[in-house]
Amino acid sequence: MDVAKFLQYIASGTAYTVGVTLISLPAGLILGTLLALLNVYSGRLSKWLTNLYSTVMRGIPPIVLLFILYFIVSGSINLSPFLAGSISLGIVSSAYQMEIVRGAILSVSGGQMMAARAIGMTKRQAIRNVILPQTLRLAIPPWSNEAAIVIKDSSLVYALGVPEILRRAQLISASTQQPFLAFAAAAVIYFILVFITSRLLDRLEKRLRIPANP
Amino acid sequence: MTLEFVMAKPILTIKNLTKKYGGNAVFHNIDLTVNEGDTIVIIGPSGTGKSTLLRCINLLTCADEGQIWLDDLEITAKGCDDDRVRQHIGMVFQNFLLFNHLTALDNVMLGLTKVKHMKPEEARVKALSELERVGLSDRADHYPGQLSGGQQQRVAIARALAMDPRIMLFDEPTSALDPELIGEVLEVMRKLALEGMTMLVVTHEMGFAREVADRIVFLEKGSIVEEGSPDDLFYHPKNERTREFLWKITELYGKKEENK
Amino acid sequence: MADWLQLFQRYLPDFIKGAAVTIELTVVGLAIGFAIGLLLALARLYGPLWLKTLAIGYIELFRGTPLLVQLFLIYYGLPSLGLTLTQTVSAYLALGLNSAAYQAEYFRGAIQSIGSSQMTAGRAIGLSRWKTIWYIILPQALRLVIPAWSNEPISLLKTTAVVFLIAVQDLMAKAKRAATATYDPIGSYLAVAVVYLVLVIVLNWGLKYLERKTVIPGFEMDSKKV
Repeated sequence: MDVAKFLQYIASGTAYTVGVTLISLPAGLILGTLLALLNVYSGRLSKWLTNLYSTVMRGIPPIVLLFILYFIVSGSINLSPFLAGSISLGIVSSAYQMEIVRGAILSVSGGQMMAARAIGMTKRQAIRNVILPQTLRLAIPPWSNEAAIVIKDSSLVYALGVPEILRRAQLISASTQQPFLAFAAAAVIYFILVFITSRLLDRLEKRLRIPANP
Repeated sequence: MTLEFVMAKPILTIKNLTKKYGGNAVFHNIDLTVNEGDTIVIIGPSGTGKSTLLRCINLLTCADEGQIWLDDLEITAKGCDDDRVRQHIGMVFQNFLLFNHLTALDNVMLGLTKVKHMKPEEARVKALSELERVGLSDRADHYPGQLSGGQQQRVAIARALAMDPRIMLFDEPTSALDPELIGEVLEVMRKLALEGMTMLVVTHEMGFAREVADRIVFLEKGSIVEEGSPDDLFYHPKNERTREFLWKITELYGKKEENK
Repeated sequence: MADWLQLFQRYLPDFIKGAAVTIELTVVGLAIGFAIGLLLALARLYGPLWLKTLAIGYIELFRGTPLLVQLFLIYYGLPSLGLTLTQTVSAYLALGLNSAAYQAEYFRGAIQSIGSSQMTAGRAIGLSRWKTIWYIILPQALRLVIPAWSNEPISLLKTTAVVFLIAVQDLMAKAKRAATATYDPIGSYLAVAVVYLVLVIVLNWGLKYLERKTVIPGFEMDSKKV
């Protein structure tokens, strides 16, 4: 029983897991930020629609959404389960990220917008140069939480057959009859991924912190 | 007593300005003219719409009725959301409202690079000179969180000045400051007035009003009760309410009037 | 659209049965999580160093790995160590142990809010440490935690959806059955999405009601989402 070889097999699923995360997390961020901006700065209809999007997308279990979006996406274009799953997870995450960015925008005081407009900036310029830079800094801690969640939720693409960590662990467990070891190995790998990501984001937050005297 | 030249040029003219919230008028039928180089100080009890008035002047808020002219241009003509107008009106807020994520220098430069589309090098030179003007060129690379309240407010003044406005609006610029920091801000404002900047100042600082203002406007319950030179208002107020208010306020600030 | 409504109608009895299982999973998971989570929070705040470390280790582990992995470990992995559990019990256990880690953090936040001043007050009148915790700190903490804690039942309800992968007959399992029977996966999962949404909305109302009924004016915690 070649433990090393099997562990390596499981670990190479990491590439898929990381891949799914690297697609869905930024996709969710871009879409979520757009939705948050629409929610806060566009008119009443936009606010209502984006709130509806948020409520629905966050009220349904991610795996249900994953399945629905996967079947829709792969029904219209011919995408691999990996890509389809990643995009779907990105859409799921966008609702949560919308709330994070929205919360951060709202906690940048309204006075900042007023001060920006007082020197002649348009709303759009104010958002780009004054509001968003502060928002994105404020959003890092809750976003770090969301990043951890997306890494963990990437395990859901197991159900779509993507050969990521969990799927490989299961195959190994079947062939070696060592299920506990196999899944424990999977757990360890996920843990390391989450741990590293949280630490990196912590460091990023410290680096971007605006200097202030206590 | 200032000599009024026949050729005094009005920078800001306000006619019949009214603003309502719900059914109530915050201020109504305000007429005001500010000539070039004037320093006008608006005083009055809190909540009488003084801040709102300033915000209507630089079109951050829309007045419901009335008109405003900046030089010869009616700025209320196209409704009230004209960003370009605000390039020519400087505003200093009670809470400074510096851009928290930028250094003092960047705060002052932002309007120059993003609104006036100046080249970064030119903008930097101009920004540094404005910071110099308010006495803070050595703090150019500090962030707002590293500056005292008085310093933050002076940076805010530099930020507004950098845009070369026709008129500077001050909305209770020292009300949020610790007492020992008020002086440095008032000093900057006094210098500006002496340099000939056209200024419209809402404040409770009676010393400043008395020494620097060309004219004082007493606003209460949404309308102008009395208007005149500092001597007129402080020593020969025409209106009983004016006398009462000024007496109470100077009492509060620990100054006693010699003659009444 | 009409087709979809037909599908919905036809499978509604099945979906309701599935929903019942889902609710059961949520309630049991929540209860197990509550008990263990509370113990974890107390261990973390008041226990000796070794216990503190164990508690922190547990929390980091269960929050740092996917529920699905934990579920498979329990259902597929434990038998090789001698402990074989049914699908349902495995699901209860996985959900409960997982939820405990998150609930522990909510409790910890609330207890720390009440904190040391109440502990001082209790001991000043002669109560032992544990009596103070039981009679003074916990009653306040459990009340204070409700707004933040109400994230957990909803989160758990959504989390239960993965247990169909070990063949627990919950709502998702029924959806899968409908999908294979009708060859309409989108329609089936959409139907079930609607049911989940309804469950979440109703649960949310219930929790908001509970919140309103238990709030003490002026006595609130900064609702931190843990």
